[in-house]
Amino acid sequence: MSQDTSPIFGNLNWNVTPYTDLLRDVNSSTIIGAGAASVLVLGAIATLALLTYMRWWGPLYRNWLTSPDAKKIGIMYIVLGLVMLARGVIEGFVIRAQQATALGTLTQEHKVGLVAPDHFAQLFSTHGTIMIFFVAMPLLIGLINFVLPQQLGARDMAFPVLNQVSLGLTAAGAGLVMISLLIGQFGTGGWTMYPPYTGIDFSPGEGVDYWLWAILISGMGSTLTGMNFAVTIFKERAPGMHFMRMPLFCWTSLCVAIMLIYAMPALTVSSGMLMLDRYAGFHFFTNAAGGNMMNYANIFWMFGHPEVYILVLPAFGVFSEISSTYSGKRLYGYTSLVIASMSIAVISFTVWLHHFFTMGQSAGVNIAFGIATMIIGIPTGVKIYDWMATMWRGRVRITAPIVYLTGFFLLFVIGGLSGIILANPSIDYQVHNTTFLVAHFHNVIIPGVLYGMLAGIHYWFPKAFGFRLDETWGRRTAFLFVGGFVFTFLPLYVLGLMGMPRRSPTFQNPDFMPWMYIAAFGAVLMLCALTSLFWTFFTSYRNRMALAVPGGDPWNGSTLEWSTPAPVPEWTFPRIPYVAARDDWGERKRAGDPWKAPQQYCDIEMPANTAHGLLIAGAAFALGFAAIWHIWWLVILSFLAIPGVLALRGMRVIEPKVISAAEVRETDQRFRHLATTLAPITRAEEESERNRGVPDISEFAG
Amino acid sequence: MGSFHPGRIVAGLCLAMMTAGAAHASSGMEQSFLQPMGPVAEEQFSHLLRVVGITMVVILPVLIGVPFILWRYRYAKPKGDYTPEWEFSKALEWALWGVPVVVVLVLASWLWYSTEKLDPYRAQGPDPLQVQVIGLDWKWVFIYPEEGIATVNELAVPVGRPVELTLTTDTVMQSLLISSLTGQIYAMPGMTTKLNFSASRTGVAEGENTQFNGDGFGLQKFTVRALEPADYAAWAAGGSSELTLDEATYAILRRQSALADAREELGLERNAQPVMMTLGRQGIFDQIVAKYHGRGDGKRHADWGGTGLPAEGTGGGEK
Repeated sequence: MSQDTSPIFGNLNWNVTPYTDLLRDVNSSTIIGAGAASVLVLGAIATLALLTYMRWWGPLYRNWLTSPDAKKIGIMYIVLGLVMLARGVIEGFVIRAQQATALGTLTQEHKVGLVAPDHFAQLFSTHGTIMIFFVAMPLLIGLINFVLPQQLGARDMAFPVLNQVSLGLTAAGAGLVMISLLIGQFGTGGWTMYPPYTGIDFSPGEGVDYWLWAILISGMGSTLTGMNFAVTIFKERAPGMHFMRMPLFCWTSLCVAIMLIYAMPALTVSSGMLMLDRYAGFHFFTNAAGGNMMNYANIFWMFGHPEVYILVLPAFGVFSEISSTYSGKRLYGYTSLVIASMSIAVISFTVWLHHFFTMGQSAGVNIAFGIATMIIGIPTGVKIYDWMATMWRGRVRITAPIVYLTGFFLLFVIGGLSGIILANPSIDYQVHNTTFLVAHFHNVIIPGVLYGMLAGIHYWFPKAFGFRLDETWGRRTAFLFVGGFVFTFLPLYVLGLMGMPRRSPTFQNPDFMPWMYIAAFGAVLMLCALTSLFWTFFTSYRNRMALAVPGGDPWNGSTLEWSTPAPVPEWTFPRIPYVAARDDWGERKRAGDPWKAPQQYCDIEMPANTAHGLLIAGAAFALGFAAIWHIWWLVILSFLAIPGVLALRGMRVIEPKVISAAEVRETDQRFRHLATTLAPITRAEEESERNRGVPDISEFAG
Repeated sequence: MGSFHPGRIVAGLCLAMMTAGAAHASSGMEQSFLQPMGPVAEEQFSHLLRVVGITMVVILPVLIGVPFILWRYRYAKPKGDYTPEWEFSKALEWALWGVPVVVVLVLASWLWYSTEKLDPYRAQGPDPLQVQVIGLDWKWVFIYPEEGIATVNELAVPVGRPVELTLTTDTVMQSLLISSLTGQIYAMPGMTTKLNFSASRTGVAEGENTQFNGDGFGLQKFTVRALEPADYAAWAAGGSSELTLDEATYAILRRQSALADAREELGLERNAQPVMMTLGRQGIFDQIVAKYHGRGDGKRHADWGGTGLPAEGTGGGEK
């Protein structure tokens, strides 16, 4: 950073890659750094080569990148989330490997462990940032995009192009985090990036800026997504789809939408202020000149706490759907679940101060926020009991999603227990900032969010691609994720109680070692689970003919999305359905002949493909990258490009894509014919090859 | 600990089993509030058990009920009724909402009581021993204004007498935790926070920073000695007079370095032994807090190394 900024290349030069570090000093830390960069480069080259060799560039561009179809956007979000999950899990493994080798002394001359302290700090910072913003968020936003319009009986999101832009901004943020592997370094302040440590005095260089721009850009995308979801739910429901007829997943999506709208701006503000501190010499959070670093924590957690519930509520929606479907039973306590979800959404905005009980405020303030935190446990507990009541006196099929649900039940309550413990300021004073806290939030986010999302992906996968995922491998993956969690994170509770601080590159207590080894073993299981997850996709793809479910209703479901073929056509419904009951598709099954064709078909208008999302994503990525490296000409250019692209679109007449009534009729009648000719299967045969997606409706719910 | 409670006993057993390995720390230092050395940590430990016990009321039904339901109602070989249309029961609703509400009411009352009682700003008795703490990268300076001494990475306290720490940092935000005596509190430049506790038995404990602050974070530990009053007096009187905490030594300490490196720079043997110094003058702590309150151009700004990054040392700070 000492050399002058070049007018053309900014602060970029040939010394910013990890290969320079490797040449300077060969050790395990620089080898891992250069190895990670090489995986990124080789992965990118392999992807480009594959796309070229298979001549997939055209289809990729036409069918995916420029598609405004919410279902495809949802799938792209999920692919992004899964790719980032791979990096996040591997980083988690390196973190555990580091701590399993990090026993040192207070006089150590050399750094201990696998990686150097600042490399370790980058690892836990990117791990947290990736897992929250670029795994959990894309997975849940992707799943909502895919499922929500289908469950509401809508053709698409309210703002399809805005949806593209949201995806593009999220991907641009993820791209910035990825490129930091190769070019320069990432910040070392953890996923929260508390100043003044992350201020320009203590963290000069590009690291914190990578985080800031990735968060700012993807955060904008999430805010826009929230608006899109909210308007879609308010305005695009099918006729007859009253609020109290919406499936629970739609309700939790509504909660998420509202929370995104109110919570994300706080993050934009806190990162914007830190950015002003770093780029423009402001003093919002600096040590001197009137700065106050406490305000960063305050604003950040105004976003950060609702964020936790943004992450977990869609998973709660998934659990509501699968507990009912796989038990062959109506959801117990619909109204309770709606009230509980909305309560969680509201109360989650009143608890943020529990993230800094130890900052020195009065006991009274801590008591108020501690009790508010406990209150949020009430609706959460009610939801868990409601799902148990749903399964009670049911006929529960132990499919992969039910394995995830079981893992969730048994582990999430332990996370809830540690949450209640942490809600007590008097105990939080002890275990705050220790690995107890790390164990707690992994204990709620892995069983809560990750299991929920993976269960949802397994559940809705046939709707997207027309074939089921291999049930045996699905269950193996689920068991591995459960076992991996247990071994990795339960030891961290013990270590936290023993006084092990979080984020520690080294420690001196030999008593920690047995627990560290158990946790490292758990991390190996997590790697196996990740591999098994990708293998499940691969082996199911190879077996796709045997697993095909063209009838579209492989699990004998009761919500609208199961009334359409699998894979679902772009227009979803041949006619927008008229909804007469909660679980409308289930009611139609009870009434007999659910596959009755609509009386007439009309032309369907769908939003036309456009490259606007892609262009804005490109400009946003360029803006972030240029700003991080102080390439000012590119900053100006890309900053102007974004409104430029928008203005260009505004000046053009945009015709929708029209799908003729004849085409809709032909496709739909073929599907209706198929549904009547395929052999219906009972739930006992659900996992066999006889499952072609047409259930035996006589078996449906009483 | 209150009345008999089966859940609490289960919880206590679990915790005891989990931490059996930590009962006798190999390093000879107490590191956890599960082996408390004073009333605050003791109360925190018993409150932990209490919370775990009470919460079991809502947790155990899930841990027992879910395997039971899955077993009894599994599709392959179900027992019991099948009620696919059943979706509501008023009595069950009352129970599902009522029990958690009652549990939270009980927990909230205890929370209120223990938070008031264990407020780190509340003195543990009359005439507490005053110690001022300055967090540096990556070490702690303890100033005893009454005794006229200062230490690096060592905090000695007399058993039985309340202690009040007043904390600040001269770098980024840090958090001081002495687990076996009391909880942690953040320390921030230009501001002070307080931590009150007392020791009820003699012993050696480890204190640490828990807020990540760079490469040396894992080395920022300090020794806490709870001594008999006579031993404490001897300790305080037996300080080395070779080193004085003044602008020159402080400039060395303020560099980004762990204790062993700082000792080398101070001309001492390179090891992890704490450093004891005499106080060069009174009011050092206040001056260090005050230097962040200048307008950025005044004189105070330059005192005691200023407010910016310290000069480079030979420690681990540079890359």
